[in-house]
Amino acid sequence: MPDVDGPDELAPEPTPDQPTTPDQPTGRERLRRAMLRPSRGQVVVAVLLALLGYAAVTQVRFTNVDDTYASLREQDLIDLLNGLTNTSQRAESEIARLERTRDDLRSSTGAREAALAQAQKQSDNLSIMAGLVPVTGPGIRVTVTETDGTVDVDSMVDLVQELRTAGAEAIQINEQVRVVAQTSFEDAVGGIEVGGQLVTSPYVIDVIGQPRALHGAVDFPKGPREQFEQDGATVEVDELDSLDIESVVKPRKPEYAEPDSSQ
Amino acid sequence: MIAALGLLVGIVLGVVFQPDIPLWLEPYLPIAVVAALDAVFGGLRAYLDGIFDDKVFVVSFISNVVIAAAIVFLGDKLGVGGQLSTGVIVVLGIRIFSNVAAIRRHIFHA
Repeated sequence: MPDVDGPDELAPEPTPDQPTTPDQPTGRERLRRAMLRPSRGQVVVAVLLALLGYAAVTQVRFTNVDDTYASLREQDLIDLLNGLTNTSQRAESEIARLERTRDDLRSSTGAREAALAQAQKQSDNLSIMAGLVPVTGPGIRVTVTETDGTVDVDSMVDLVQELRTAGAEAIQINEQVRVVAQTSFEDAVGGIEVGGQLVTSPYVIDVIGQPRALHGAVDFPKGPREQFEQDGATVEVDELDSLDIESVVKPRKPEYAEPDSSQ
Repeated sequence: MIAALGLLVGIVLGVVFQPDIPLWLEPYLPIAVVAALDAVFGGLRAYLDGIFDDKVFVVSFISNVVIAAAIVFLGDKLGVGGQLSTGVIVVLGIRIFSNVAAIRRHIFHA
Protein backbone atom coordinates (compact mmCIF):
# COMPACT_ATOMS: atom_id res chain seq x y z
CA MET A 1 0.00 0.00 0.00
CA PRO A 2 1.27 3.45 -0.79
CA ASP A 3 2.27 5.34 2.27
CA VAL A 4 -0.19 8.18 1.91
CA ASP A 5 -1.62 9.87 4.94
CA GLY A 6 -5.36 9.57 4.66
CA PRO A 7 -6.57 12.84 6.15
CA ASP A 8 -3.76 14.87 4.65
CA GLU A 9 -4.12 13.43 1.21
CA LEU A 10 -4.44 16.18 -1.36
CA ALA A 11 -4.48 14.03 -4.49
CA PRO A 12 -7.12 14.81 -7.13
CA GLU A 13 -10.42 13.28 -6.24
CA PRO A 14 -11.19 10.09 -8.06
CA THR A 15 -14.02 10.26 -10.52
CA PRO A 16 -16.90 7.84 -10.30
CA ASP A 17 -16.34 6.48 -13.75
CA GLN A 18 -12.80 5.42 -12.86
CA PRO A 19 -12.04 2.14 -14.61
CA THR A 20 -12.09 -0.70 -12.11
CA THR A 21 -9.88 -3.73 -12.37
CA PRO A 22 -10.27 -7.03 -10.47
CA ASP A 23 -7.37 -6.22 -8.11
CA GLN A 24 -8.65 -2.61 -7.78
CA PRO A 25 -12.16 -3.01 -6.29
CA THR A 26 -14.52 -0.03 -6.04
CA GLY A 27 -15.15 1.85 -2.83
CA ARG A 28 -18.52 0.22 -2.33
CA GLU A 29 -17.07 -3.27 -2.58
CA ARG A 30 -14.34 -2.39 -0.10
CA LEU A 31 -16.90 -0.98 2.33
CA ARG A 32 -19.09 -4.05 2.01
CA ARG A 33 -16.11 -6.32 2.50
CA ALA A 34 -15.02 -4.39 5.56
CA MET A 35 -18.47 -4.67 7.04
CA LEU A 36 -18.66 -8.39 6.47
CA ARG A 37 -15.10 -9.44 7.27
CA PRO A 38 -13.53 -7.19 9.85
CA SER A 39 -9.75 -7.21 9.85
CA ARG A 40 -7.32 -6.85 12.72
CA GLY A 41 -6.51 -3.26 11.77
CA GLN A 42 -10.08 -2.23 12.41
CA VAL A 43 -9.63 -2.75 16.13
CA VAL A 44 -7.27 0.19 16.39
CA VAL A 45 -9.60 2.31 14.31
CA ALA A 46 -12.48 1.23 16.55
CA VAL A 47 -10.59 2.32 19.66
CA LEU A 48 -9.88 5.73 18.17
CA LEU A 49 -13.46 6.12 17.01
CA ALA A 50 -14.69 5.18 20.45
CA LEU A 51 -12.45 7.88 21.86
CA LEU A 52 -13.86 10.34 19.34
CA GLY A 53 -17.45 9.43 20.13
CA TYR A 54 -16.79 9.66 23.82
CA ALA A 55 -15.18 13.10 23.51
CA ALA A 56 -17.83 14.38 21.14
CA VAL A 57 -20.69 13.31 23.37
CA THR A 58 -18.96 14.79 26.40
CA GLN A 59 -18.42 18.07 24.59
CA VAL A 60 -21.99 18.23 23.35
CA ARG A 61 -23.32 17.59 26.82
CA PHE A 62 -20.91 20.10 28.32
CA THR A 63 -21.91 22.79 25.80
CA ASN A 64 -25.53 22.27 26.74
CA VAL A 65 -24.83 22.39 30.46
CA ASP A 66 -22.26 25.14 30.62
CA ASP A 67 -23.89 28.55 30.74
CA THR A 68 -21.43 30.19 33.09
CA TYR A 69 -18.35 32.21 32.22
CA ALA A 70 -15.99 29.67 33.79
CA SER A 71 -14.90 28.09 30.50
CA LEU A 72 -14.40 31.36 28.58
CA ARG A 73 -11.00 32.52 27.42
CA GLU A 74 -9.35 35.55 28.91
CA GLN A 75 -9.86 37.44 25.65
CA ASP A 76 -13.54 36.50 25.51
CA LEU A 77 -14.00 37.68 29.08
CA ILE A 78 -12.31 40.98 28.24
CA ASP A 79 -14.58 41.41 25.21
CA LEU A 80 -17.57 40.61 27.36
CA LEU A 81 -16.47 43.13 29.94
CA ASN A 82 -15.91 45.78 27.27
CA GLY A 83 -19.37 45.14 25.90
CA LEU A 84 -20.89 45.52 29.34
CA THR A 85 -18.91 48.70 29.94
CA ASN A 86 -20.13 50.18 26.66
CA THR A 87 -23.69 49.22 27.45
CA SER A 88 -23.54 50.78 30.88
CA GLN A 89 -21.96 53.92 29.43
CA ARG A 90 -24.78 54.18 26.92
CA ALA A 91 -27.29 53.66 29.71
CA GLU A 92 -25.62 56.34 31.80
CA SER A 93 -25.65 58.89 29.00
CA GLU A 94 -29.29 58.03 28.41
CA ILE A 95 -29.97 58.62 32.10
CA ALA A 96 -28.18 61.98 31.95
CA ARG A 97 -30.19 62.98 28.87
CA LEU A 98 -33.47 62.04 30.50
CA GLU A 99 -32.53 63.86 33.68
CA ARG A 100 -31.79 66.99 31.66
CA THR A 101 -35.17 66.70 29.99
CA ARG A 102 -36.81 66.21 33.37
CA ASP A 103 -35.05 69.28 34.82
CA ASP A 104 -36.04 71.33 31.80
CA LEU A 105 -39.64 70.30 32.16
CA ARG A 106 -39.55 70.92 35.88
CA SER A 107 -38.06 74.42 35.51
CA SER A 108 -40.49 75.31 32.73
CA THR A 109 -43.34 74.15 34.95
CA GLY A 110 -41.94 76.31 37.75
CA ALA A 111 -41.67 79.31 35.45
CA ARG A 112 -45.21 78.74 34.29
CA GLU A 113 -46.47 78.60 37.84
CA ALA A 114 -44.56 81.76 38.77
CA ALA A 115 -46.00 83.57 35.76
CA LEU A 116 -49.45 82.33 36.67
CA ALA A 117 -49.07 83.48 40.28
CA GLN A 118 -47.85 86.87 39.10
CA ALA A 119 -50.74 87.21 36.71
CA GLN A 120 -53.16 86.24 39.48
CA LYS A 121 -51.64 88.84 41.80
CA GLN A 122 -51.84 91.49 39.12
CA SER A 123 -55.43 90.52 38.41
CA ASP A 124 -56.23 90.89 42.14
CA ASN A 125 -54.59 94.31 42.25
CA LEU A 126 -56.46 95.47 39.20
CA SER A 127 -59.74 94.11 40.59
CA ILE A 128 -59.26 96.10 43.80
CA MET A 129 -58.32 99.24 41.90
CA ALA A 130 -61.30 98.86 39.57
CA GLY A 131 -63.60 98.17 42.51
CA LEU A 132 -64.73 94.82 41.16
CA VAL A 133 -64.33 92.85 44.41
CA PRO A 134 -65.24 93.47 48.04
CA VAL A 135 -62.19 94.44 50.09
CA THR A 136 -61.25 94.59 53.73
CA GLY A 137 -58.50 96.30 55.68
CA PRO A 138 -57.68 99.14 58.07
CA GLY A 139 -58.90 102.63 57.30
CA ILE A 140 -61.17 105.44 58.42
CA ARG A 141 -64.85 106.15 58.41
CA VAL A 142 -65.81 109.80 57.71
CA THR A 143 -69.36 110.70 58.65
CA VAL A 144 -70.64 114.00 57.22
CA THR A 145 -73.99 115.05 58.66
CA GLU A 146 -75.82 118.07 57.26
CA THR A 147 -77.05 120.31 60.09
CA ASP A 148 -77.83 123.76 58.74
CA GLY A 149 -77.01 123.61 55.05
CA THR A 150 -76.36 121.26 52.18
CA VAL A 151 -73.06 119.71 51.29
CA ASP A 152 -71.65 121.09 48.08
CA VAL A 153 -70.58 118.51 45.51
CA ASP A 154 -67.22 120.30 45.21
CA SER A 155 -66.55 119.62 48.89
CA MET A 156 -67.24 115.97 48.35
CA VAL A 157 -65.00 115.81 45.29
CA ASP A 158 -62.27 117.61 47.23
CA LEU A 159 -62.58 115.12 50.08
CA VAL A 160 -62.24 112.21 47.68
CA GLN A 161 -59.24 113.86 46.03
CA GLU A 162 -57.54 114.49 49.37
CA LEU A 163 -58.18 110.90 50.44
CA ARG A 164 -56.71 109.63 47.20
CA THR A 165 -53.67 111.83 47.70
CA ALA A 166 -53.23 110.29 51.13
CA GLY A 167 -53.15 106.81 49.59
CA ALA A 168 -56.73 105.65 49.79
CA GLU A 169 -57.02 102.24 48.19
CA ALA A 170 -60.78 101.78 48.21
CA ILE A 171 -63.58 104.29 48.87
CA GLN A 172 -67.28 103.65 49.42
CA ILE A 173 -70.04 106.09 50.17
CA ASN A 174 -73.05 105.15 52.32
CA GLU A 175 -72.25 101.43 51.85
CA GLN A 176 -73.89 101.95 48.52
CA VAL A 177 -71.48 103.34 45.96
CA ARG A 178 -67.95 102.24 45.34
CA VAL A 179 -65.84 105.19 44.24
CA VAL A 180 -63.50 104.29 41.40
CA ALA A 181 -61.75 106.14 38.61
CA GLN A 182 -64.89 106.38 36.50
CA THR A 183 -67.18 107.50 39.30
CA SER A 184 -68.86 110.83 38.62
CA PHE A 185 -70.21 113.38 41.13
CA GLU A 186 -73.22 115.45 40.34
CA ASP A 187 -75.56 117.77 42.19
CA ALA A 188 -78.99 116.35 42.72
CA VAL A 189 -82.17 117.20 44.54
CA GLY A 190 -81.90 116.16 48.20
CA GLY A 191 -78.32 114.98 48.01
CA ILE A 192 -75.52 114.10 45.61
CA GLU A 193 -75.61 111.72 42.69
CA VAL A 194 -72.48 109.59 42.86
CA GLY A 195 -71.89 107.30 39.93
CA GLY A 196 -75.53 107.58 38.90
CA GLN A 197 -76.89 106.79 42.41
CA LEU A 198 -78.40 109.30 44.77
CA VAL A 199 -76.76 109.43 48.18
CA THR A 200 -78.14 111.55 50.98
CA SER A 201 -77.01 112.92 54.33
CA PRO A 202 -75.62 111.59 56.50
CA TYR A 203 -72.79 110.73 54.15
CA VAL A 204 -70.72 107.84 55.48
CA ILE A 205 -67.48 107.52 53.57
CA ASP A 206 -65.51 104.32 54.20
CA VAL A 207 -61.88 104.50 53.13
CA ILE A 208 -59.26 101.76 53.25
CA GLY A 209 -55.67 102.90 53.56
CA GLN A 210 -53.22 104.01 56.21
CA PRO A 211 -55.64 105.35 58.92
CA ARG A 212 -53.40 108.09 60.30
CA ALA A 213 -52.50 109.48 56.87
CA LEU A 214 -56.14 109.41 55.79
CA HIS A 215 -57.18 111.15 59.00
CA GLY A 216 -54.59 113.85 58.33
CA ALA A 217 -55.95 114.32 54.82
CA VAL A 218 -59.34 115.24 56.27
CA ASP A 219 -58.17 117.45 59.12
CA PHE A 220 -55.50 119.74 57.72
CA PRO A 221 -56.19 123.55 57.75
CA LYS A 222 -58.47 124.68 54.96
CA GLY A 223 -59.00 121.03 54.20
CA PRO A 224 -62.19 119.02 53.65
CA ARG A 225 -63.33 119.29 57.30
CA GLU A 226 -63.33 123.10 57.20
CA GLN A 227 -64.97 123.06 53.79
CA PHE A 228 -67.79 120.85 55.03
CA GLU A 229 -68.23 122.99 58.14
CA GLN A 230 -68.50 126.07 55.94
CA ASP A 231 -71.21 124.21 54.00
CA GLY A 232 -73.02 123.71 57.28
CA ALA A 233 -72.28 120.12 58.15
CA THR A 234 -70.47 118.29 60.92
CA VAL A 235 -67.62 115.91 60.18
CA GLU A 236 -66.71 112.94 62.30
CA VAL A 237 -63.66 110.75 61.60
CA ASP A 238 -63.14 107.30 63.11
CA GLU A 239 -59.90 105.38 62.65
CA LEU A 240 -60.73 101.67 62.32
CA ASP A 241 -58.44 98.66 62.49
CA SER A 242 -60.67 96.72 60.17
CA LEU A 243 -63.15 97.93 57.66
CA ASP A 244 -65.22 96.06 55.12
CA ILE A 245 -66.16 97.57 51.80
CA GLU A 246 -68.85 95.36 50.32
CA SER A 247 -70.17 97.37 47.41
CA VAL A 248 -68.69 96.79 44.00
CA VAL A 249 -69.06 98.30 40.58
CA LYS A 250 -70.23 96.32 37.63
CA PRO A 251 -67.44 95.95 35.08
CA ARG A 252 -68.31 97.88 31.97
CA LYS A 253 -67.03 96.84 28.62
CA PRO A 254 -65.27 99.77 27.01
CA GLU A 255 -67.09 100.75 23.90
CA TYR A 256 -64.67 103.12 22.21
CA ALA A 257 -61.30 102.72 23.85
CA GLU A 258 -59.20 99.72 22.98
CA PRO A 259 -55.63 98.80 23.83
CA ASP A 260 -53.01 100.30 21.55
CA SER A 261 -50.58 97.51 20.91
CA SER A 262 -48.05 99.80 19.23
CA GLN A 263 -47.04 101.32 22.58
CA MET B 1 -17.87 -3.20 11.31
CA ILE B 2 -15.70 -3.18 14.37
CA ALA B 3 -14.92 0.49 13.69
CA ALA B 4 -18.61 1.42 13.60
CA LEU B 5 -19.16 -0.56 16.78
CA GLY B 6 -16.27 1.28 18.41
CA LEU B 7 -17.87 4.62 17.59
CA LEU B 8 -21.15 3.40 19.02
CA VAL B 9 -19.48 2.14 22.19
CA GLY B 10 -17.73 5.49 22.67
CA ILE B 11 -20.99 7.41 22.33
CA VAL B 12 -22.77 5.09 24.74
CA LEU B 13 -19.94 5.34 27.26
CA GLY B 14 -20.04 9.13 27.06
CA VAL B 15 -23.80 9.17 27.57
CA VAL B 16 -23.67 6.69 30.43
CA PHE B 17 -20.76 8.08 32.43
CA GLN B 18 -21.36 11.77 31.73
CA PRO B 19 -17.78 12.70 32.55
CA ASP B 20 -16.73 16.15 33.63
CA ILE B 21 -14.23 17.93 31.44
CA PRO B 22 -11.16 19.10 33.34
CA LEU B 23 -10.86 22.86 33.26
CA TRP B 24 -7.53 22.95 31.42
CA LEU B 25 -9.02 20.84 28.63
CA GLU B 26 -12.17 22.91 28.13
CA PRO B 27 -10.97 25.24 25.34
CA TYR B 28 -9.23 22.42 23.43
CA LEU B 29 -11.77 19.63 23.45
CA PRO B 30 -14.07 21.08 20.75
CA ILE B 31 -11.10 21.70 18.46
CA ALA B 32 -9.74 18.24 19.16
CA VAL B 33 -13.12 16.66 18.32
CA VAL B 34 -13.29 18.51 15.02
CA ALA B 35 -9.70 17.55 14.19
CA ALA B 36 -10.46 13.91 14.98
CA LEU B 37 -13.53 14.07 12.76
CA ASP B 38 -11.33 15.35 9.96
CA ALA B 39 -8.94 12.45 10.49
CA VAL B 40 -11.82 9.94 10.48
CA PHE B 41 -13.28 11.24 7.25
CA GLY B 42 -9.82 11.35 5.70
CA GLY B 43 -9.28 7.74 6.76
CA LEU B 44 -12.61 6.65 5.34
CA ARG B 45 -11.79 8.31 2.06
CA ALA B 46 -8.40 6.64 1.95
CA TYR B 47 -10.06 3.32 2.67
CA LEU B 48 -12.46 3.75 -0.20
CA ASP B 49 -9.55 4.78 -2.39
CA GLY B 50 -7.84 1.54 -1.37
CA ILE B 51 -4.85 3.27 0.16
CA PHE B 52 -5.83 2.92 3.81
CA ASP B 53 -3.16 2.01 6.35
CA ASP B 54 -4.14 1.69 9.96
CA LYS B 55 -0.73 2.86 11.18
CA VAL B 56 -0.97 5.96 9.07
CA PHE B 57 -4.52 6.50 10.33
CA VAL B 58 -3.50 6.28 13.98
CA VAL B 59 -0.61 8.65 13.49
CA SER B 60 -2.69 11.14 11.51
CA PHE B 61 -5.52 10.95 14.04
CA ILE B 62 -3.28 11.68 17.01
CA SER B 63 -1.18 14.28 15.25
CA ASN B 64 -4.30 16.08 14.00
CA VAL B 65 -5.71 16.28 17.51
CA VAL B 66 -2.43 17.31 19.06
CA ILE B 67 -1.61 19.93 16.44
CA ALA B 68 -5.08 21.46 16.56
CA ALA B 69 -4.94 21.66 20.34
CA ALA B 70 -1.40 23.02 20.20
CA ILE B 71 -2.39 25.77 17.75
CA VAL B 72 -5.22 26.84 20.01
CA PHE B 73 -2.96 26.66 23.05
CA LEU B 74 -0.39 28.84 21.29
CA GLY B 75 -3.15 31.23 20.27
CA ASP B 76 -4.28 31.48 23.87
CA LYS B 77 -0.76 32.28 24.95
CA LEU B 78 -0.50 34.95 22.24
CA GLY B 79 -3.89 36.40 23.11
CA VAL B 80 -5.54 35.42 19.84
CA GLY B 81 -6.96 32.08 20.99
CA GLY B 82 -10.48 32.86 19.87
CA GLN B 83 -9.46 33.90 16.39
CA LEU B 84 -7.02 31.02 15.93
CA SER B 85 -9.55 28.42 17.03
CA THR B 86 -11.99 29.91 14.54
CA GLY B 87 -9.32 29.64 11.85
CA VAL B 88 -8.56 26.01 12.75
CA ILE B 89 -12.25 25.13 12.68
CA VAL B 90 -12.63 26.75 9.26
CA VAL B 91 -9.65 24.85 7.78
CA LEU B 92 -10.76 21.54 9.26
CA GLY B 93 -14.31 22.16 8.09
CA ILE B 94 -13.15 22.73 4.52
CA ARG B 95 -11.12 19.51 4.63
CA ILE B 96 -14.05 17.56 6.04
CA PHE B 97 -16.25 18.85 3.25
CA SER B 98 -13.79 17.86 0.50
CA ASN B 99 -13.23 14.43 2.07
CA VAL B 100 -16.97 13.83 2.41
CA ALA B 101 -17.36 14.85 -1.24
CA ALA B 102 -14.84 12.19 -2.26
CA ILE B 103 -16.53 9.57 -0.06
CA ARG B 104 -19.87 10.47 -1.61
CA ARG B 105 -18.50 9.89 -5.08
CA HIS B 106 -17.26 6.48 -4.05
CA ILE B 107 -20.47 5.35 -2.41
CA PHE B 108 -23.14 6.94 -4.54
CA HIS B 109 -21.06 7.44 -7.73
CA ALA B 110 -22.35 10.99 -7.75
